[in-house]
Amino acid sequence: MTLEVTREATAITARPVRRLTGGTAAGLGTAVLYLSLIVLIPLAAVVWRSAGEGPGYFWRSVTTPDAWAALTLTIGASALVALVNLVMGTVIAWVLVRDRFPGRAVLDTIIDLPFALPTIVAGLVLLALYGPQSPLGINLAYSRAGVVLALLFVTLPFVVRTVQPVLLELDTEMEQAAASLGAGPFQTFRRVILPNLIPAMLSGTALAFTRAIAEFGSTVLISGNLPFKTQVAAVNIFSQIEGDDTTGAAAISTVLLVVALVALITLDVLQRWGSRRG
Amino acid sequence: MAKHVLRGVTVVYVLFLLVLPVALITWRTFGDGLGPFVEALTSPSALHAFKVTIVVAGWAVLANTVFGVGAALLLVRGRFPGKRLLGAFIDLPMAVSPVVVGLALILVYGRFSPAGGLLESWGVQVIFSTPGMVIATVFVALPLVVRAVVPVLEELGDEQEQAAHTLGASHLQTFVRITLPGIRWALGYGIVLCLARSLGEYGAVAVVSGRLVDQTQTLTLFVEERFQNFDQPAAFAAATALALIAVVTLLLTKLLRPKDRIDGN
Repeated sequence: MTLEVTREATAITARPVRRLTGGTAAGLGTAVLYLSLIVLIPLAAVVWRSAGEGPGYFWRSVTTPDAWAALTLTIGASALVALVNLVMGTVIAWVLVRDRFPGRAVLDTIIDLPFALPTIVAGLVLLALYGPQSPLGINLAYSRAGVVLALLFVTLPFVVRTVQPVLLELDTEMEQAAASLGAGPFQTFRRVILPNLIPAMLSGTALAFTRAIAEFGSTVLISGNLPFKTQVAAVNIFSQIEGDDTTGAAAISTVLLVVALVALITLDVLQRWGSRRG
Repeated sequence: MAKHVLRGVTVVYVLFLLVLPVALITWRTFGDGLGPFVEALTSPSALHAFKVTIVVAGWAVLANTVFGVGAALLLVRGRFPGKRLLGAFIDLPMAVSPVVVGLALILVYGRFSPAGGLLESWGVQVIFSTPGMVIATVFVALPLVVRAVVPVLEELGDEQEQAAHTLGASHLQTFVRITLPGIRWALGYGIVLCLARSLGEYGAVAVVSGRLVDQTQTLTLFVEERFQNFDQPAAFAAATALALIAVVTLLLTKLLRPKDRIDGN
């Protein structure tokens, strides 16, 4: 600590020496203790419990037919949802930034509604419109399409909100230059605009994917939680906890944690790649 | 031409995915007037669920606000090795499924774990009780205040704080007089986000609360339980109440968005 202070004092002689160092240490200790009690130790306990009975038990817990079906459904549906978001999120962001029409400001505001709406309410409203009593005559309840719909609802804002600020910053001069040099609208988009958007598009997609694999509340009501058919991983974990098989639940939880971690590390790499390009 | 296609696709997508479902449930709730809505929400179970929700969310927001401001100050003003790691740990809850959060807390604070057993012998029951629900809610909403405050603290810089120090202000005085006014909009924004997340939490609370009707049932658990028991009016009424809170939150965050405020100053 003393070393830190002297280094600082010599480096920035014009500024008063920071007296916070003692406070920083105390604050850091408190923050780490708090985080450990609430987040880190409990998460470590999940991983610890999943490994407690050995790798064989872990593997068997993950590959029981219902757990395996839930995991593959979750990852498959999440990948599909991430892809739809990649396209639709970019389109929506584009319309919000480049298009002008009455109601645009309202649209811009309600895009965030899925973040504010409790997930169980999201599931309930979707079931009202796309359930057995659907006024549209579309019944997606207890089907995989219903799961995908619920995931699309809760992940809607991610790509929109990562791409939108980049589009806002983007200079239209380059596009005009491309157009004046004879590029068609499609060529301009592909060669000039898209390369600038790709890092943001991908990081939004990665966020949507991690959110989708973790989703629980919105799928509970619309999916009916039928094992082998519509049960997602989070619901499978939930039913194992209810059945007092915490070790099995911990094994699937660990798989979800690892998949999320891989997605987030990929995201971090993409962002650095993006900032280097930018 | 392309412009109109994109606009059409966007409007139809958002309409069918977002607007119509929410509008339909509001319409179903208020279809028979305000009476049934009020009636469904003033049943003893519903009132109890309201109370539990407010208690849990209140404690969780308080804890996350205090921690959030402290952690943001630490991340922006502090100098210590492992800062990036601390930031990553604070963001970690965003990537964890709410059900996994519940499981994690049961494993550590449940009756059959060492820590849970010890607390129980002191007369503190964490799981299936309010403390566990508060911890679960704190967990899921942890990064929101921190992430709202950090960019504003970075932008403010620490010249004014340094000046206050040289003029003899104590740490507390500097914080109350200089730092807090500087971050107040961002802090408000973070608190609103945190409150919305806390009021709406379902998965983590469903696991740690044990879902005991009239005891540990929050409003979101009430929605699910009423719906599964074929009491649609009550489920729809509570869902609409939560949706209204969400809309108010949304408008508040629009007002408080830190970016606009800084530009405005």
